[in-house]
Amino acid sequence: MVPISTLHYLVVAAALFVLGVIGVLTRRNVVIVLMSIELILNAVNLNLVAFSRMWGNLHGQVFSIFIVVDAAAEAAVGLGILIAFFRNKETINVDEIDLLKW
Amino acid sequence: MTPVATPFFFYFLSALAIISGVLVITRRNAVHSALALIVTLLAVSGLYLMLYAPFVAGVQIIVYAGGIMVLFLFVIMLVNLERTVKEHQFNRIWPAGVLAAAALLGLFVSVYVKGKTLFPEGDIPLPEASNTQQIAVMLYGNYMFAFEIASLLLLVAILGAVIMAKKRI
Repeated sequence: MVPISTLHYLVVAAALFVLGVIGVLTRRNVVIVLMSIELILNAVNLNLVAFSRMWGNLHGQVFSIFIVVDAAAEAAVGLGILIAFFRNKETINVDEIDLLKW
Repeated sequence: MTPVATPFFFYFLSALAIISGVLVITRRNAVHSALALIVTLLAVSGLYLMLYAPFVAGVQIIVYAGGIMVLFLFVIMLVNLERTVKEHQFNRIWPAGVLAAAALLGLFVSVYVKGKTLFPEGDIPLPEASNTQQIAVMLYGNYMFAFEIASLLLLVAILGAVIMAKKRI
């Protein structure tokens, strides 16, 4: 069996990233769009930790912690916007949120 | 310190992560998506353990699976609509979205096939033990300023979430 190299982890991260992109681009439910963004951020984290292992230093792991902080902030603000929107328009579908569309 | 059965655990965890990732973006019910996302997060945390990053794995479980996902589940229950389950789940131009994602996947594949020699095969140098301590030293040393900025970001996010979710301020 082939030993597991950095490339293996990068392929898994790329698959998760593409799944997240598909979710962001095709789903209508805002909650699931936000969850797909979490998938994308997880793929980025996996890449950072794999590179940190490859180079033998810890900068990548420290960066992945900062990305977790970002993900938490983004989820909190995004869900706050979602609640405010739901209170006004009684819908959580992305394609009905078109007030600023020309 | 030699790892045990590394290939098996790697393939098992990554298959788990990818299959439940597919479930996240295909389920009709948002609660099912959230549960599948929790499985993905736990599998990715197992991959972190395989990469000798125990601190990041713990942060992943505590902050993501324990904190962010609870927030998601609360909001799903707050805005739960019976009719969203019966509606179309994908928007009208979903083929374009899938096409764009496929192009992105092609880009990844071509980069990884071309750049294969950039990544050393097999033997990866092991970092030393006491991972958590070293991360703490780096966070409070090299990344002191970024750490403070991150705490400020969290404060702003708390204020923003409260102000936006509150009915009247």
